[in-house]
Amino acid sequence: MKVSYFPGCTLKNKAKDLDLYAYKSAEALGVTLEEIENWQCCGGVFTTAKNEVATKLSSVRALKEACTKEQPLVTVCSACHNVIKQTNHAMQTDKDFAAKVNRYMNEDGGYSGETAVYHYLEMLRDLVGFDTLKEKVVNPLKGKKIAAYYGCLLLRPNSVMNMDDPENPTIMEDFIKALGADAVVYSMRNECCGGYVSVESPDLAKNKSNAVVNNAKAQGAEMIITACPLCKYNLVKNGADIPVVYFTELLAEALGVKEDTNE
Amino acid sequence: MNNNKYLREELLRQSGVNPKKCMKCGKCTATCPAFDEMEYHPHQFVSMVESGDIEPLLKSESLYKCLSCFACIDRCPRGVEPAKLVEAVRLSVIRKQGGNRLSADDVPSLLDEDVPQQLLVSAFRKYSK
Amino acid sequence: MQRVGVFVCWCGSNIAGTVDVKAVAEALKNEPGVVFSTDYQYMCSQAGQDMIINAVKEHNLTGIVVCSCSPRMHEATFRKTAAAAGLNPYMVEIANIREQCSWVHKDMALGTEKAIILGKAAVAKVNLNAPLTPGQSPVTKRALVIGGGIAGIQTALDIADAGFEVDIVEKKPTIGGKMAQLDKTFPTLDCAACILTPKMVDVAQNDKIRIFSYSEVAEVKGFVGNFDVTIKKNARYVKEDICTGCGACVEKCPMKKNPNEFNLGMDNRPAIYIPFAQAVPKVATIDPNACNMLKNGKCGVCARICTAGAIDYTQKDEYIEEKYGAIVVATGFNPISMDKFDEFAYNQSKDVITSLEFERLTNAAGPTAGHLERPSDGRSPKTIVFVQCVGSRCDACAEKGKEYCSKICCMYTAKHAMLVRDKYPETEVYVFYIDVRTPGKNFDEFYRRAVEEYGVKYVKGMVGKVVPEGDKLKVQASDLLANKQLHIDADLVVLAAAIEPDKSARPLATMLTASMDTNDFFTEAHPKLRPVESPTAGVFLSGACQGPKDIPETVSQASAAAAKVIGLLAKDKLTGNPCIAHSDELMCNGCSSCANVCPYGAITYEDKEFRMPDRTTKVRRVASVNPAVCQGCGACTVACPSGAMDLKGFANLQIMAEVDAICK
Repeated sequence: MKVSYFPGCTLKNKAKDLDLYAYKSAEALGVTLEEIENWQCCGGVFTTAKNEVATKLSSVRALKEACTKEQPLVTVCSACHNVIKQTNHAMQTDKDFAAKVNRYMNEDGGYSGETAVYHYLEMLRDLVGFDTLKEKVVNPLKGKKIAAYYGCLLLRPNSVMNMDDPENPTIMEDFIKALGADAVVYSMRNECCGGYVSVESPDLAKNKSNAVVNNAKAQGAEMIITACPLCKYNLVKNGADIPVVYFTELLAEALGVKEDTNE
Repeated sequence: MNNNKYLREELLRQSGVNPKKCMKCGKCTATCPAFDEMEYHPHQFVSMVESGDIEPLLKSESLYKCLSCFACIDRCPRGVEPAKLVEAVRLSVIRKQGGNRLSADDVPSLLDEDVPQQLLVSAFRKYSK
Repeated sequence: MQRVGVFVCWCGSNIAGTVDVKAVAEALKNEPGVVFSTDYQYMCSQAGQDMIINAVKEHNLTGIVVCSCSPRMHEATFRKTAAAAGLNPYMVEIANIREQCSWVHKDMALGTEKAIILGKAAVAKVNLNAPLTPGQSPVTKRALVIGGGIAGIQTALDIADAGFEVDIVEKKPTIGGKMAQLDKTFPTLDCAACILTPKMVDVAQNDKIRIFSYSEVAEVKGFVGNFDVTIKKNARYVKEDICTGCGACVEKCPMKKNPNEFNLGMDNRPAIYIPFAQAVPKVATIDPNACNMLKNGKCGVCARICTAGAIDYTQKDEYIEEKYGAIVVATGFNPISMDKFDEFAYNQSKDVITSLEFERLTNAAGPTAGHLERPSDGRSPKTIVFVQCVGSRCDACAEKGKEYCSKICCMYTAKHAMLVRDKYPETEVYVFYIDVRTPGKNFDEFYRRAVEEYGVKYVKGMVGKVVPEGDKLKVQASDLLANKQLHIDADLVVLAAAIEPDKSARPLATMLTASMDTNDFFTEAHPKLRPVESPTAGVFLSGACQGPKDIPETVSQASAAAAKVIGLLAKDKLTGNPCIAHSDELMCNGCSSCANVCPYGAITYEDKEFRMPDRTTKVRRVASVNPAVCQGCGACTVACPSGAMDLKGFANLQIMAEVDAICK
């Protein structure tokens, strides 16, 4: 299976692990990630104002390229996923916005939201299947108590993201179980880490991050996994005393392809 | 007040929010993770924009404390989407000349070894035009 | 040619506000057949009706057109007026210029134009009307009540009291419904069981009432006065007439760990069970999904222990056919699922419960024998947070919850909070509310007592998130009056879940051809004036199946429905609707299209001899309509390929004349 892939700026820099292990693991699962040519930064956040157009063009370009190749577009970073999925939704539902974008883009045939956008986790669940994933695991992570941290960007707004139950999601827990580990369920897993506000108010980010880590630990977690570089940064910077790792790293480990990459 | 009436309509149009749907339950404010840092809270944004009392919001630090976590949007029983209104008010400030909250000169002081690119681009998108 | 009189009603300003009624009366004067046309403020008033009667006499009218409200409102009124004037009642036509015109338009000129067109159509139709005489049908003097909660119980008792037979069909093993699960009732704090169970016994002992428990309605045919109903009696694997309810089998059953429905799964029951001590009928029931004997033939303990010999593992579902004159729907309500509201952590912590679960937790016959204990660890809670309006009053676009107010939650939450403070005064009790709605006798006084005498902390605001951490529930909420965010470490969180109609209501409505609203509540024939009748003749509504309501309101409505049923069953004959189908035998080719679409089974076929032009005879198969069964729905007239089938009072010619009048 071949899919279009949008890595995003952080994955080529501070979050190289997230990207590298995503590639290796996909390969092991029989999925080829074809990187969008000349992709540009998604902008990190989706501006909800209806008259904000220019900042969303890079997302539309990526979507259009996947559409031309008749492939689904897969993302790994929570932020890229949120921006691209919301942009795609706006192209589908907001005619004025789509018309403006298509005038800017001036590409053949235009674009109106035809591409299916998958987060890497959704790709594992819906295209690969967690059962298949389970079969391909060579190093089951037995006995590890792992807490999934969703944050906000993967799940909200639910009417657009539509990934899972936004208040009691299970996709990452199912992922953890497929790798052979124990999933720790804790209620703060869909609360905000403080996000970009750590620039403005480091204390706010610290409080939010600590509340997440403490809740995970109180429910027995020994490790936290995330899909978001900013979540990871905030949790680690604010003193998480259990490991916070990218979910792709865990995946690579279970699939036995982690060591390859370190060579 | 005329000026406010125009601004009110512009904010509602850009955000797509209909504050009349609000039933004043306060669930947005109950769920807001940035409450402690905010002078005006999500439910106040909704009621103050609706009543045209927008000046205090334009000047408020609250604009820069909203995490855009969308919890208020997903949990509002009435589908009001307060965060979109907060964003519309913030944009109306930073889009004005000199309204930028963050400039490139600020970046070096923000950097540490681990700062992900995502943090900087997000912050710039939220705080500057 | 008819001599038609036109009467345009103002309906106060309801019509006259948007329609120039004088212009309508004036314009219709010129229509064919019209010899008199006038307008009046309230045509349905005595003075208005007298005006019609006088005009009929003075102008020798043979047909009447009333331009007024919907025929559903006053067609019957004006038919009576016509009869009083010596006309056949079916020589009246109504042009609906209120619901279909003045109420939906704002522009006076356009509204007037449309009203004139509607009036013209009615005149065109009445010109082709013929006098009709309704037939009569007998009434089966027995009523069916579907649902055995307090609504169904009260309705059945009242009907039986008037001397008519009543059957109750209840899908659970016992009657009693939700009220049997409640602890105390607001605002008097009567013990629910103490006032309900005597009524259940009355039902059991009443020789006019039969109870079909563990049963459901499988099929409904027929019409008002003559319903044919098939009742499916599910196999309970216990002979009801032999079982004494001694409970020995329940004691000895080895399969003890099945969620107890009556206690909302908070404790377990055996595979053979009696829901609660005062169950009616007090008969055991075997859960086929839990019983080893039924699943794999290995056990048989209950059959051995039963001295009466009531156990029958071979029992099959049984279908019973009965005739009824009237049907009362009393299918009740359920709390909605909390699955879409997990910001309150209902699926993440046992100590987040619904209000109905709280009722069981405080009920002396509940899983904790009435001691308020946390479901997770059995400790008594020191801080309790009640959350109102969970899933009620939601926006339709939010795609979760209900748009309506569930009506009972404010009061039962006040009751719960008050009872906790009364029994466990050291417990801190918070109630988060959006509005406190207490319109009812002694309701507000009750709520104020909870605040002022019992010290319940009412907070104007909502809970945003509940986080289970350790053995606490961290509640994050808003206090809007103080403009604060509150963080409360609670031991128990109680959610006032919205209520919704029972899931059985929708398929039942289809069987009864009774209408429902978008929330699956049954629609009443008129929201104000006929609140306990369904628009479908002979079908009546009792209790929460029609909308959220508390016990006193349910009981009032139940008795009102009974009164309507009694009024119906007291008649020996029902006057039918003469607007029924008839087939022109000369045109009918016996194709069966009409019989295939008839929802009432009113069409049969007969072989008839016809004389041919050459004086020979030929036998042909032709349709024949049973006038007592036909309801005049008109489906057959549309299905008929040869145009043989027609509807009296709504003939194809008449409809075409209306269309012509509108289009010309």
